[in-house]
Amino acid sequence: MQHQPQGWQYAWSHEKESCIGCVVINHSSNNAMTIQHALLITAAALALTACGSKEEAEKAAKNAPTPTELIANQPIVHGPEIKNVEIKNPLEAAWVAGGKAQYDTKCMPCHRLDETKLVGPGWKGVTKRRQPIWIMNMICNTDFMLSQDTEAQKQLELCLVRMPNQNVAVEDARKILEFMRSNDGEK
Amino acid sequence: MIMKPSPTNTRFALCCALALSGAVTFTGCKPQNLVATAQTGGAAEKVYVPPGKHDEFYNIVSGGFSGNVSVYGLPSGRLFRQIPVFSQFPECGWGYTEETKPMLNTSHGQLPWDDSHHITLSMTKGEHDGRWAFVNSNNTPRVARISLKTFRTEEIIELPNSAGNHSSPFLTENTEYSVAGTRFAVPYADEGANPDVPINTYKGNFKSTISFIKIDPQSGRMSVAFQVMLPGIDVDLARGGKGKSRDWFFFSCYNSEQAHTLLEVNASAKDKDLITCVNWKKCEDYVKAGKGRKSKVKYAHNVYDEGTHSASSTIENEVTVLDPKELKDIVYFMPCPKSPHGCDTDPTGSYIVGSGKLAAVIPVFSFDKVQKAIADKTYDGDYEGIPVLKYEAVLHGEVKKPGLGPLHTEFDDKGFAYTSFFVSSEIVKWDPKTLQVVDRIPTYYSVGHLCVPGGPTTKPHGKYVIAYNKITKDRYLPTGPELTQSAQLIDISGEKMKMLLDFPTVGEPHYAEAIPASLVEPNATKFFKIEENKHPQVTKSEKDARVERNGNQVHVYMTAIRSHFAPDNIEGVQQGDDVFFHVTNLEQDWDVPHGFVIKGSKAAELLIMPGETQTLKWTADRVGVVPFYCTDFCSALHQEMQGYMRVSPQGSTTPVKFSVGDTGAAH
Repeated sequence: MQHQPQGWQYAWSHEKESCIGCVVINHSSNNAMTIQHALLITAAALALTACGSKEEAEKAAKNAPTPTELIANQPIVHGPEIKNVEIKNPLEAAWVAGGKAQYDTKCMPCHRLDETKLVGPGWKGVTKRRQPIWIMNMICNTDFMLSQDTEAQKQLELCLVRMPNQNVAVEDARKILEFMRSNDGEK
Repeated sequence: MIMKPSPTNTRFALCCALALSGAVTFTGCKPQNLVATAQTGGAAEKVYVPPGKHDEFYNIVSGGFSGNVSVYGLPSGRLFRQIPVFSQFPECGWGYTEETKPMLNTSHGQLPWDDSHHITLSMTKGEHDGRWAFVNSNNTPRVARISLKTFRTEEIIELPNSAGNHSSPFLTENTEYSVAGTRFAVPYADEGANPDVPINTYKGNFKSTISFIKIDPQSGRMSVAFQVMLPGIDVDLARGGKGKSRDWFFFSCYNSEQAHTLLEVNASAKDKDLITCVNWKKCEDYVKAGKGRKSKVKYAHNVYDEGTHSASSTIENEVTVLDPKELKDIVYFMPCPKSPHGCDTDPTGSYIVGSGKLAAVIPVFSFDKVQKAIADKTYDGDYEGIPVLKYEAVLHGEVKKPGLGPLHTEFDDKGFAYTSFFVSSEIVKWDPKTLQVVDRIPTYYSVGHLCVPGGPTTKPHGKYVIAYNKITKDRYLPTGPELTQSAQLIDISGEKMKMLLDFPTVGEPHYAEAIPASLVEPNATKFFKIEENKHPQVTKSEKDARVERNGNQVHVYMTAIRSHFAPDNIEGVQQGDDVFFHVTNLEQDWDVPHGFVIKGSKAAELLIMPGETQTLKWTADRVGVVPFYCTDFCSALHQEMQGYMRVSPQGSTTPVKFSVGDTGAAH
């Protein structure tokens, strides 16, 4: 009952001698997927046998642009479920509390509220690094993002554990976002 | 993989289909395999389900002496799961975890094993509704209900005043009742009678019973509504009426000789035995009118609650008994040639097919004629005070020379009947109206039960008949004296039956039903919602993970998520402590179970589904540091999912301490 990434099928190649690198992409919803994406995912998904990808990714992360540039220029590939996320100040206190409750049950085992990387990245500064819609999709459409969004794939390459889909409802994800904003010092 | 059937392409496709289904080795496509392919005449294509595609039917198969139930796909014959029911199953901790132990409780205490027999699937208006599967245990009489959403056993009820629950758990047309008839007549301690009697006083002292278990139409919860007390006789199999006969239930009975030794000879002496016709509607009315007698008994009723992820067992102490000698119109016997086994009703409810396993004919009874014979009192005497209807008066006709040793009959969607023949090893197709045999096919070997998808319902799905064989012999690679059990898939879509596939089964497959996947698949539970987890020891957040001492009991409230336990470092446990690991899986996605086990566990592992809590009891039997780990490969870092428990000597001052992610080193 080993967990298999959803939407992916590993297939033994009949032509190639080495089959381990043969990945069949089976995502009818996005035919425009690039070869680079496929290779990246291959590296991430087969990390147990791949070498050096982690170090390279870390090096790449060090040379990354500033957070402001990132958030402005990030290309996002997400599903159709969440299209717009409105944010405003002051924060909704009830949402912050609701988001905290969700965090305690479904997020805390892997994410700390400071910058510490545990299983996944620490949440400090996440709302400065990512657009709200990216965060919402990462929570609600996790498998889609991990298979199609470049930034999400970079995270998978770093963490090597696929972020689980914790079946968070969209309205609860919005509360989590509010809690993250509060955690980042917004009022 | 689908190609136009040009000669070369067909050859290629068949070879590949065979290779992929594992029928030949990877060096396949040798000439001898082509010969085999030619012999099967396209069979491989008919059973080939390409990788990633789903089967058309679920086949819910009795696990026989495994005590459990297996789930297969048809037409591929692939095994998906074993559902633990009456036997402990260490693979998922069934009967070992604190939550599931009560499911195996009986009036005899907790039993680790039983003998599963027949499957029956719930029906609404006589048609499959895809809600529950029922299965009976033969040794210590019980009936279990399995949810077809979770594919888990939700309830087990023991039968009082019963021995050898064989003619069970067949259902009435709307799942109002499941039945349970006794294969072994015994003396009962009922009404203060002394059951300590000589065995040779069978005649007079031994009784049989048929129990009707009420099924709640919403929850499925079972309760023994009433029992019909019968003279000592072996009640063998049963089927409910349908349509016009829906108020009746029919039970085959052998040993009308009332033999108690060497039954092989002594219970085969008479020319005819009996089919018992029970009007359950009338029984229901009598119970409502207070006609039943309350019998003091003791039986266990075990329920698994999906909300608390825990089972409870209650001992019940009363059952209502109806006596057909007093209540004259609830039971009638029909004579049936020589030791009937199967007793099956056709989809219209017009015919009752008896299968005298030592007879040279298949008698088919007419429900209309049964009604007329009862109205006209066309009796052929009585059997211990219960009227016996005249054979000729109730008979629709006999299928002449059908084969040797008829056992069971199922029906297809085109009006044909299929009867299994144990002695002559074949399935015979015949027409219930004309009683003519239209086709026969050999089985390998000695078929017992058989199954047509929807065969016992008012609306058979047809397409296949599956033979569940009693003897496997040379059909597979040998594995010493003990062999796999075997089933065979046969195509019945055409005029002639065609053998398609052999597939091995777990335990002797006593009976099975097949149901279209479309009635079950959409309802399958994918995970348990953590918000709805009402387990008394649930830990819903890692921040609540903790260790508590209570006397010499230590309770660990642990969470599991890819890929760590919290806490994963535990100290302050002492030798002799009973440690209860209450592990909650915090995952909320499909197919992410976590396992848990600790060195020296005398139970089995825990296998905890997402959102579920399960408890392993472990006794600290020695001083030291003991590892625990996740047993189900959960992520790339599964191998890192481990922890330590420190066990100190009894009376040690080491305080209870627990943590996760605390890397501070001590010297």
